Formats: sequence, structure tokens, C-alpha cells
Amino acid sequence: MSPLTIGVLALQGAYDVHAKALTSLGAVPRLVRRPEELEGLDGLILPGGESTTILKFLERDNFFEALDAFVKETPTFGTCAGCILLAKDVNHPAQKSFAALDIAVERNAYGRQNDSKILFEPTTLAGGPLEMVFIRAPRINRVGADVEVLAEREEHPALVRSGHLLAATFHPELGSDVRVHQLFLDMVREHKDGRG
Amino acid sequence: MADHASNGHQSNGTGGFTASGLRLKVGLAEMLKGGVIMDVIDADQAVIAEQAGAVAVMALERVPAQIRAQGGVARMSHPNMIKEVMAVVTIPVMAKARIGHFVEAQVLQELGVDFIDESEVLTPADEVHHINKHDFTTPFVCGAKNLGEALRRIAEGAAMIRTKGEPGTGDVIHAVRHMRQIVSEIKALTVLDPQELYAAAKNLQAPLELVQMVAKAGKLPVPNFSAGGIATPADAAMVRQLGAETVFVGSGIFMSDSTTKLEVGSFKPGDTFRHTDLIDGEPVAAERLGQKVDLAHFGKYRNPADRAEAESRAKAIVRAATFFDDPKIVAQCSADCMGAMKGLAVANIPAEEMMQNRGW
Repeated sequence: MSPLTIGVLALQGAYDVHAKALTSLGAVPRLVRRPEELEGLDGLILPGGESTTILKFLERDNFFEALDAFVKETPTFGTCAGCILLAKDVNHPAQKSFAALDIAVERNAYGRQNDSKILFEPTTLAGGPLEMVFIRAPRINRVGADVEVLAEREEHPALVRSGHLLAATFHPELGSDVRVHQLFLDMVREHKDGRG
Repeated sequence: MADHASNGHQSNGTGGFTASGLRLKVGLAEMLKGGVIMDVIDADQAVIAEQAGAVAVMALERVPAQIRAQGGVARMSHPNMIKEVMAVVTIPVMAKARIGHFVEAQVLQELGVDFIDESEVLTPADEVHHINKHDFTTPFVCGAKNLGEALRRIAEGAAMIRTKGEPGTGDVIHAVRHMRQIVSEIKALTVLDPQELYAAAKNLQAPLELVQMVAKAGKLPVPNFSAGGIATPADAAMVRQLGAETVFVGSGIFMSDSTTKLEVGSFKPGDTFRHTDLIDGEPVAAERLGQKVDLAHFGKYRNPADRAEAESRAKAIVRAATFFDDPKIVAQCSADCMGAMKGLAVANIPAEEMMQNRGW
């Protein structure tokens, strides 16, 4: 089985921690800063960071359009800011997104940095409660019928999956629990095998 | 605010002095990687910074170049200014406390800023002690000229290090010197035997555990950013190539050379117009003096040429910091940049006026 090549959008944010997590699970990370670097990827991670900043960069050089087409076809995992970019509806304030995942997201809904926290919550993933690191986190206020909720924070979805898309309002890359990244790699493998 | 305290304690125990508390602090620093953090002196500059793609803003009353020019005691910014900046942008807001001034830091934490900079740009409040940053839930960034200084700050609880440079000069030489110094000292540790690390820790005047950690990882245990004297897109790309994970820029963005006086950010919400002010490039008529500035009209009431220059420079520096290893893009950014701040060569500053020598 050849290793999976996973892109990590590296315009800004926690890209190198994601790359490290991917390497530890046997995947090959590739930092993506230009549209042409999406070519040949098996999957993509949109990392946490500042979604307004990332959007500013995407709006240049037709990068937004290239990524828009990519995430609608290829497995993509969005964490925090990345989750905001994937969401169908973005509030507080409203903001452009790929609208690929049928969820509504409210930015910075849990407050500023002093309200950031680490929680252990039940999850449908095997292996007991999931450690979730929330940093100035967004909140998912609505999920569509086709969206599966894998973990929650205060009765709001925190980890969701729909088809080839995975999104988290927390940062699995900042913890030591690799289950979420492993789930994503499994999704990528399934998608690749299904297509091949 | 009561909520903040209880939430903080729920997750962090006593202040930030736990592994999970530190992880949250360093976590935010991770989110700021690969970007530019801009000094702003009012809400309007903060809006320009956010629109240009800054990952965070540093709210302060006077940028380092003004502090340098005007002298006097530089203190924590007025809470109202910080609150205004927090109200108009969604990116993280940082603010500066004086070295050792733990009460200014308590005030900033109470205001809810996202990061506190224990900064040599302000006049130090304590000539021996830095703030015990473990006491706080808000993360801290501290300056350092060398590895020992960086590790002492990390031992005190800093979640991010920025090399000091010489702020307010537009001269990048000391930002380069300190980044090279820290990177080469880290490299030197990685080739030592475990037995040799005890002596290294003694020489660095830093805790052994941190020295061992750096020797093993080949990098600091917290993100390492660069600051001080960075004024052009090429400066920003250079410190990134030397190892800075993000760039702080101050005076370089919103100030200009003597031929163009930038008035960007001369209004704050609630301010009244002065007779020298411009609306859409036209001098304000006398009868309009005293009119309140409305947040919804931000950006309309100033010299468009000045604003365009500030915007062009902010955007160019942000882009160059991200594509730091692509000379074609950095060249384009340099061309896009209208003018640069007037520089002050660090070599011409008397030693006692150097800000980088504050902190130890």
C-alpha cells in the first residue's frame, strides 16, 4: 500500500503541527501555498489559524476557485478556521466560504483566548472520551440531515462528517490523541480505493 | 468577566501553571504562525491591518518609532483604546505590559486581550524581575536576544518568543543578529553529548530541563517569531528565511519618510475632527468640526493617498511573509509597496537608548 499524500494548506496557521501528525501516521504531508500544488493530492487538511487572513490569501490568484473545486471532489478535513471555510453558513460576522459542508458555524462563539479550554467528551469513535483542544473556537449551530455528529461540546456538534468531508471546531493536532487524523486517513483511503 | 475567571480555572487549575494551560497558550501561538502581527494605535489602523491579512494586532498608544522620538515613560495603553480595537476586529488582539509590571498584566487579562507582550518597547517597571507568567491564563510573548534569555522567559511561562531587533528604527540589522544568534545557539546544543548539557545550561543561565528539550528537538519548545526594525517586504521575507515563524511589524507600516506624512489612524470612534483633518481628501469645513466619528464610516475620513499607501504596505508585507521563499513574489510585493518608513540606523543610536538591552 503506497503512502497517502496529504496536502496541508500552509498560507497561515497550525500547518506544521498537522504535518507532524500526518507523518506520525505514515502519510506524506505536502505544504500547499499555491493552486498548482493541489495537483495529485489524495486529501487535504485546512488547518486552524485566522480564517479572515486565510481568505485574504485565497482571494488572490484564483486560489479560492481552485480550492472550491478541490474540496467538492477530494477528501478534506477542516479544523477550526478550516471548519469555517468548509461550512455552508458562516455567522458573526458573515464570511465567504466553500459552502461544501451543510453546517452553520458561528465564529469565536465561545469567547476570546481566556475562554479557550481543553475538554474530554464522549465520542462515537472507538476508544473512549476524546480530548478536544478549543482555541478561540467556533460553534456549529446547525447540521444538515446528511451530516453525522461524532462528538459534541455543550450539546453542539464539535466533530462532524459528511461524505468525503470531516470538520472539527477543536484542534486534534494540538493533542496526543491521533484518532481523528487516523479517521481522516481512513476516509481518504476508502475514497481512493473506491475511485480506483 | 466573571465567566472568564471561572472558565479559566475550570480548565487551567491555578492560573496557567498546568500542562493543559500551557498547551492552550502555545496553541494560540501555533495558530498565528506564518503571518504578520501589526502594531496599531487605534481601531482604524486595526481595520486596515485585518483587511491586509494580519493574523493579529498589537494595540498600543504609540508605535515604537513614536516612543523613540518622543521619549518619556511608555506605559500600558489606555483600556478604552484596547477595547475599541477588540470591538472592530475578529483577529486576536495583543497588548503590551511593562517588563515586570504584573499589575498592568492583570489589567490586560481582565480586559480580555488574547496575548500579553511583556515588552522592552515600554519603559521597564522592575529592574530585576520579569512577570511570573504562570500566574495568568492569558498567554504571554516575550522578547529575547539570545537562547539563554529566551529559555529564561519560557521558564517564567512565556508561550511565544520574539527576537528583539531594535524597535522603531526601520533598521533590520539587530532582528537579523538575534535570530541568527538564537538559531545558531540551538544548533550548537543539538550536537552536544547529554553529559555536556549540564555545563551548557550553566553557561546559558537557563533551566537544565529546557536546555535538554531544545537539544533534543532542535527548536524552542514554543513558537519563535521575529520583531524589531522590520520595515519592508524583503525584511519580512529575510527574517522568515532565517527561521522566524511569524513576523511582528510596527512602525514600518503606518509611518513614512519625511516627504509623506501618514495620517492614517488619526481618528478614533468618538473623536472630534480637528481643523487640519481631511474628509475624502478635502479639508473639513469649520461647521463640521465637532462631529462624531461613526464606526460605520471608518476609512472615509482621511487622506485617501495616505490610507492607500498604508494599505499597500500592509498587504505587501503580509504577502511577502507568507511567500518568503519565493523571490518572484517577494519582488512583486516590493514593487507593490508605496514608499517606506524613514530609517534610523541602529549604529547611530547611543547604547543607553537601545530598547533591546531592556530585559535580561
